[in-house]
Amino acid sequence: MPKNLKLHYDISGEDYTRAGEASAQLKQVLRQLGLSSSIIRRVSIAMYEGEINMVIHANGGTIDVEIDSACVSLILKDTGPGISEIDLAMKEGYSTASESVRSMGFGAGMGLPNMRKHSDYMKIDSTPGVGTTVYMKIALGEE
Amino acid sequence: MLTVKQLRERGGFTLLNRREPDADREISSVYCCDLLSVVMGKAPAGSAWVTVMGNLNVVAVSALADTACVIVADGADVEDRALDKADEQGVILLRSAAPVFETAKLVDGLL
Ligand SMILES: Nc1ncnc2c1ncn2[C@@H]1O[C@H](COP(=O)(O)OP(=O)(O)OP(=O)(O)O)[C@@H](O)[C@H]1O
Ligand SMILES: [Mg+2]
Repeated sequence: MPKNLKLHYDISGEDYTRAGEASAQLKQVLRQLGLSSSIIRRVSIAMYEGEINMVIHANGGTIDVEIDSACVSLILKDTGPGISEIDLAMKEGYSTASESVRSMGFGAGMGLPNMRKHSDYMKIDSTPGVGTTVYMKIALGEE
Repeated sequence: MLTVKQLRERGGFTLLNRREPDADREISSVYCCDLLSVVMGKAPAGSAWVTVMGNLNVVAVSALADTACVIVADGADVEDRALDKADEQGVILLRSAAPVFETAKLVDGLL
């Protein structure tokens, strides 16, 4: 593994057609680094769900990625409406997605549970009216 | 063992990509669902994913969840920009005229 690598992505909240592009770009980087396909898949799923949530629930934000020899760390930060009940939001099936968002295939209420399942560490800091920051880490060692 | 190319030929599916993709990947299983984050969480890597959705997000989910291909069932429409994105990301999009269940049954019979 090369030395630490830091990447920054700005996520637009208006353009639904670009949702997922940052995740796709990160996937390319991870491929070039030669990480295993199962690690790449876990990082991709965790990041995509977080990226989509920022687009559909929070009007965009930023994603900072740090890769070192031990893990991939993701910090997803937005200044959206925040999540008032995090435990409820983490429940499988809970979703406040609008009809129009649901018609695109979102809104199963599985995004946050997927992020938890595919990361080794996850923490959500959120203040209603201020925004949400999600921290995730995926260890490179374990398969 | 069945590759995506063989699946396309034996299943009689239409290739939607404008550019001929690399279709030698082996298919592990068949998976059906239209809810994207359910697919993200549950579709096995290397599966043939059957859905009636044909939007851009389907392409992103296939790429990131690492399915072998997407089969758009029921002859559903696929957005133009989804086709562009599929070519760009190496996602294989096939179309089946049959509904989801019949399509999946056909694929399962070929595996
Ligand atoms: N960044 C965010 N800002 C504000 N609210 C959020 C954010 N992320 C998630 N939420 C809230 O948590 C709920 C559950 O999120 P989750 O990702 O699990 O499901 P979903 O996005 O509604 O649907 P799915 O991810 O299955 O398409 C959302 O419906 C929303 O109310
Ligand atoms: Mg979500």
